[in-house]
Amino acid sequence: MDAKLDYLLRQGDNALILSQQLCQLCGKGPALEEDMALSNVALDLLGQTRMWLGYAAELEGKGRDEDRLAFHRDAIDYRNCLLVEQPNGSYADTMMRQFLFDTWHYFLMDGLTRSSDVRIAEIAQKSIKEVTYHLRRSGDLVVRLGDGTDISHAKMQTALDELWMYSGEMFLYDAVDHAMVEQGVAPAVDGLRQNFLDHLAEVLNEATLKMPSPDAWMQRGGKQGRHSERLGYILAEMQFLQRAYPGAQW
Amino acid sequence: MYAQMVDTGLKKVRTEEDMSAEEQAFQARIDAGIKIEAKDWMPEAYRKTLIRQISQHAHSEIVGQLPEGNWVTRAPTLKRKSVLLAKIQDEAGHGLYLYSAAETLGVSRDELLAALHSGKAKYSSIFNYPTLSWADMGAVGWLVDGSAIINQIPLCRCSYGPYARAMIRVCKEESFHARQGYDIMMSLAQGTPEQKAMAQDALNRWWWPSLMMFGPSDAESVNSAQSTAWRIKLFSNDELRQRMVDQTVPQAEYLGLTIPDPDLKWNAERGSYDFGEIDWSEFQNVLKGNGPCNRERLRTRVKAWEDGDWFRDALVAHADKKAAAKAAA
Amino acid sequence: MSKEWPLWEVFIRSQHGLAHKHVGSLHAPDAEMAVNNARDVYTRRNEGVSIWVVRAQDIVASSPADKEALFEPANSKVYRHPTFFPMPEEVKNL
Repeated sequence: MDAKLDYLLRQGDNALILSQQLCQLCGKGPALEEDMALSNVALDLLGQTRMWLGYAAELEGKGRDEDRLAFHRDAIDYRNCLLVEQPNGSYADTMMRQFLFDTWHYFLMDGLTRSSDVRIAEIAQKSIKEVTYHLRRSGDLVVRLGDGTDISHAKMQTALDELWMYSGEMFLYDAVDHAMVEQGVAPAVDGLRQNFLDHLAEVLNEATLKMPSPDAWMQRGGKQGRHSERLGYILAEMQFLQRAYPGAQW
Repeated sequence: MYAQMVDTGLKKVRTEEDMSAEEQAFQARIDAGIKIEAKDWMPEAYRKTLIRQISQHAHSEIVGQLPEGNWVTRAPTLKRKSVLLAKIQDEAGHGLYLYSAAETLGVSRDELLAALHSGKAKYSSIFNYPTLSWADMGAVGWLVDGSAIINQIPLCRCSYGPYARAMIRVCKEESFHARQGYDIMMSLAQGTPEQKAMAQDALNRWWWPSLMMFGPSDAESVNSAQSTAWRIKLFSNDELRQRMVDQTVPQAEYLGLTIPDPDLKWNAERGSYDFGEIDWSEFQNVLKGNGPCNRERLRTRVKAWEDGDWFRDALVAHADKKAAAKAAA
Repeated sequence: MSKEWPLWEVFIRSQHGLAHKHVGSLHAPDAEMAVNNARDVYTRRNEGVSIWVVRAQDIVASSPADKEALFEPANSKVYRHPTFFPMPEEVKNL
């Protein structure tokens, strides 16, 4: 598969799966204001999904559209990283997952605004305003919950420790990533990873949370289509109607 | 409506003889169309009734997120998913505007939520029905939000300022809700035979509960009469229900769907549709807790609240720590 | 029962307006979260440019009218707008 097409699917799938997970929490947040803020994030991510998958479909040139890509690929063809498939769990897990994702997402979008691919740069320009806000929000909550009560601190530390092994996949560059860097489409990994770790360190320190070692073993495979058991269920739920009623217009 | 059969606590409508000078002045303001604001003098019964009415409305919006939340993860296109998510988010917002309005009357949101979670406070009967297919997203937007709009537009002119202003804000957002529902129904009605059947089935299940939303006939109701005198209820239940039917029948005809009422008939003399008898025993039972989803709806809300205890506490603790540090500096 | 988040009143200056307008209230543990939440709750349709939040208890109000006086003079998410869904001509009341 064309490296750029793969790359676009990765971005779209990350946003889509994470958004889908956040949608599960509709009406179930710990406070009304929080419910609204979280659904804002889910909505933003969905908008970004559509931009990425829309471009991917065009680039592919096989007559597929954003919905065809979203609803008719099985897990083996999904390109999201493992982090976004991790369960919602408690609100601590949800917010820590969000923070880890947002930090990487922010620096990536920032890098992509300078992409040699004009369309990607445009998508990144549009997305970065939202992602800047997402990161400010999730970082703020990590600090508040990390440095809140003993209970919240413990929950956040556990969430961090458990999600940590999913926080490195984004920086394990493969042939697709390298091709994108070579073409000036995507930012190089070292700078990206350093920004990520620096920001994490700053926020986690303020949150009085202990950051695990960046050299820890990182789970991998999502970008290449090797996912966790969860993705199958997520897709089964999401894709049901289109699969059950093939050819129907909605 | 969203707030159904609100109890005023009074056995008869207040007359001039019953009223003190203060209350007469208050009633004169209402009769002159002047808004009552939060710190103005008001009879205790007016205040209590408004708290009940506004909070019931707020609870309905919050619980109302759940039947639709049930399908947001299964929306059949990315666009439909976005629109539905935006609608659900709006409902949270409406709940919030309404709790805000209720709080101006001297009650806290936490108190109101405690009443909801304990089962003491009510919310609209309609949200105790299950959403069984994607077509339900269409039917709910079209019929339920459609009915809500009919009730809410007059409330924009109600006597209590904060409530009227909240209603104006809500109404601006509500017409998007009804339209997106009808848009879904149109896609389905004009789609495959299975989709059309899905749409008809949803209409069959949501029609009567939507009519019940307006509450039983209140021609004899003291509560309704008093609320009308106070201008917090502007039309009778029957008038609003009739408006909904008259408005909706042509919309169903356009879709090519059949309203599940064999007695539905245009009455040229009245200039309105005659319609069949409503099964009020179903309504009473749903209000009592015997609807298809009462238990789940309440459990979901209670669980969200209880699971969120640690979160809310932590945020308070952090804010307190920061405030203390600032004071010490 | 845990401590309730304080109540904040929210004022928004819309893009085309000149003065901040009171739009409602919300609960938040502190000022910063109040502003952030206000953005999510009250500006979802690009309705606001400047947000003010004030702790409800800090608002000082003038006294309401004396008892004797009867009458006192009181983007992108474009699908949120009703006009995004064009309705067929024949269909009324939507």
